[in-house]
Amino acid sequence: MKTKTPLKTRVKISNISLLIAGTMLVVMYLAGASVYDRFGQVSTVLNLFNDNAYLIVVAVGMTFVLLTGGIDISVASTLAFTGVFSAFLLEKGLPAVVVIPLVLVIGTLVGYAQGYAIHTFQIAPFLVTLAGQFLMRGMCAVISTVSIPINDPFFKAAALGKFSWKLSTGGTAKLYYYVFVALAVLLIAWYVLRFTRFGRAVYAVGSSEQSAQYMGLNVKRVKIGVYAINGFCAALGGVLFSFYTLAGYSLQNMGLELDAISSAVIGGTLLTGGVGTVIGSMVGVLIQGIIQTIVTYQNLNTWWTKVTVAAILCFFILIQRVIAIRAERKKA
Amino acid sequence: MKKFKNRMEFRPLLSLIVILVACGILSGGSFFSLQIVDGHLYGRLIDILRNGSRYMVLATGMTMVLATGGTDISVGSVMAISGALACSIVDMRILPGLGGNTLAAVVIALAVGALCGAWNGFLVAKLKVQPIVATMILMTAGRGIAQLIADGKIVTITSDSYYYINGGYILGLPFPLYIAAFMLIAALLITKKTAFGLAVEAIGVNSRSARLAGIKVDRNIWLIYIFCGVCAAIAGLIESAGIKGADCNNCGLMIEMDGILAVAIGGTSLSGGRFSLIASIIGALVVQTITTMILAFGVAPEVIRVFKALIVIVICLAQSPAFIAKMKEAFGRKKVVAQS
Repeated sequence: MKTKTPLKTRVKISNISLLIAGTMLVVMYLAGASVYDRFGQVSTVLNLFNDNAYLIVVAVGMTFVLLTGGIDISVASTLAFTGVFSAFLLEKGLPAVVVIPLVLVIGTLVGYAQGYAIHTFQIAPFLVTLAGQFLMRGMCAVISTVSIPINDPFFKAAALGKFSWKLSTGGTAKLYYYVFVALAVLLIAWYVLRFTRFGRAVYAVGSSEQSAQYMGLNVKRVKIGVYAINGFCAALGGVLFSFYTLAGYSLQNMGLELDAISSAVIGGTLLTGGVGTVIGSMVGVLIQGIIQTIVTYQNLNTWWTKVTVAAILCFFILIQRVIAIRAERKKA
Repeated sequence: MKKFKNRMEFRPLLSLIVILVACGILSGGSFFSLQIVDGHLYGRLIDILRNGSRYMVLATGMTMVLATGGTDISVGSVMAISGALACSIVDMRILPGLGGNTLAAVVIALAVGALCGAWNGFLVAKLKVQPIVATMILMTAGRGIAQLIADGKIVTITSDSYYYINGGYILGLPFPLYIAAFMLIAALLITKKTAFGLAVEAIGVNSRSARLAGIKVDRNIWLIYIFCGVCAAIAGLIESAGIKGADCNNCGLMIEMDGILAVAIGGTSLSGGRFSLIASIIGALVVQTITTMILAFGVAPEVIRVFKALIVIVICLAQSPAFIAKMKEAFGRKKVVAQS
């Protein structure tokens, strides 16, 4: 039998990890601001949200899955598929009001199907979502292997609509409307996980599926539900991303699932399940965003972003391990 | 002697034969045509063997990792590192003191591959991080490291001795095939002729009881990840010799999924335990044959993923006891209805 750390220490792991992540975010921002003049402006902060809105949505969905102890590596493909398929439909002349709900439903169904296979047939989540990854990426290529531009007026309006105001220091600060979609998703997810029966059941299943079953929780509903939510978030992320790029391309965002997973881990989500918050995942996304901004400002090879993110990821995994080992020792 | 039908190699071999026969029929026999030019064999089958050799090498290492109940999703990045390193040395961009010596480049690339494996093994065996997460670190960082080694450029090289790794021939057969065979035989000898194979299986079935039985679990896991790292480095050398340069962005991109797929086709359980290296090699050939087949019939290469997805789904369902039980139940019910 696997030994599980008691609830009290588990909550601590998340808190300490999130605290460190939050501090790191602030320190990085201040360090950047002290080196570069423009870094300290409000526009830099807003751009972090503008550029990473889609990733926040995807990371929120991923957090649900990780909280139950599962994993989903198909989100990047679902996101790309959403982009390609909606670009394809819009090109055929369908209105955006039809296309957007349609792709969201497709994303949810893909997630639902994966969750169903994982729970009912007891297949490893990694494998099921690997199949999903291949399938959705392949379907993108079936539709089109070249990038399809989006000229739909609604998409264009959504892509360009923004609040902007002149700064006293010069330059303009912008906040695109679609960022509010991401923030709304974040708030709803936070509320669901914290205050609803379903949300508490997600944590319970992640802590121990067996105990949750004995307590009479509907494990099946929870496990399939989180994958469906994740599929929905991936599709919504795809819609936001197509606002961002105004095109659908089949090879878009290769490896995005790992960005989402590492955001969650940096934000204090335990991959064994049961511990984590969506706010933490957003902090994880912002840390990655800030690293990217610093790398751009420094005019370094963009691959430094990946290397730095990996180092930070490694750091947080080590912290989680150290805390867990300490908790186990205390118990013994 | 076990009946061959009950062996792990039976099902993957059967599917390979079915796919090959299907290719032969669909192409009207031209799929099997072999030509001898300058004493070398040419043809689609030889292409499959040559291009499949990197899958075979990867599958050899991946099988061992999966047999212990682990996963290594960093192999693609390790391939990129080893390719970038070897090409940079041959091109005298780094370590010019070696004078672009191919052998030195290969040895250094393999050593770095082992180092990458050791890092993964350290995280998994010593720090007890889940394998997917542990290897995800190197997967994310590795491609960046490769870029930094190659200074963000695509390194192209001119070295006949380096090209030989992919393009050479011995006795009419491509050289990478011999590399794959060497790695397979080495792995077979270690796992079949020593207790190591048994230890690997024991760890995969239940690492706790393996430790209680006196198996040095940590050290064995560590060794296996190092072996997998070396395999990935070799695959990276083969690939970079094939394209005559190192392309850090695309070398081995998402190949870890193909490696795992090959092992899954071979029937090794992905949760650890019983494994067969030969079955995985056949699985690697199945993956390559499907790729070659689709290319030969002029379908867009990206569409291959749809076929791979279908294969993964079929394998998953076939390996799932819950699914089989459900099917039996459904089948049984039908029978009852028919009888009444």
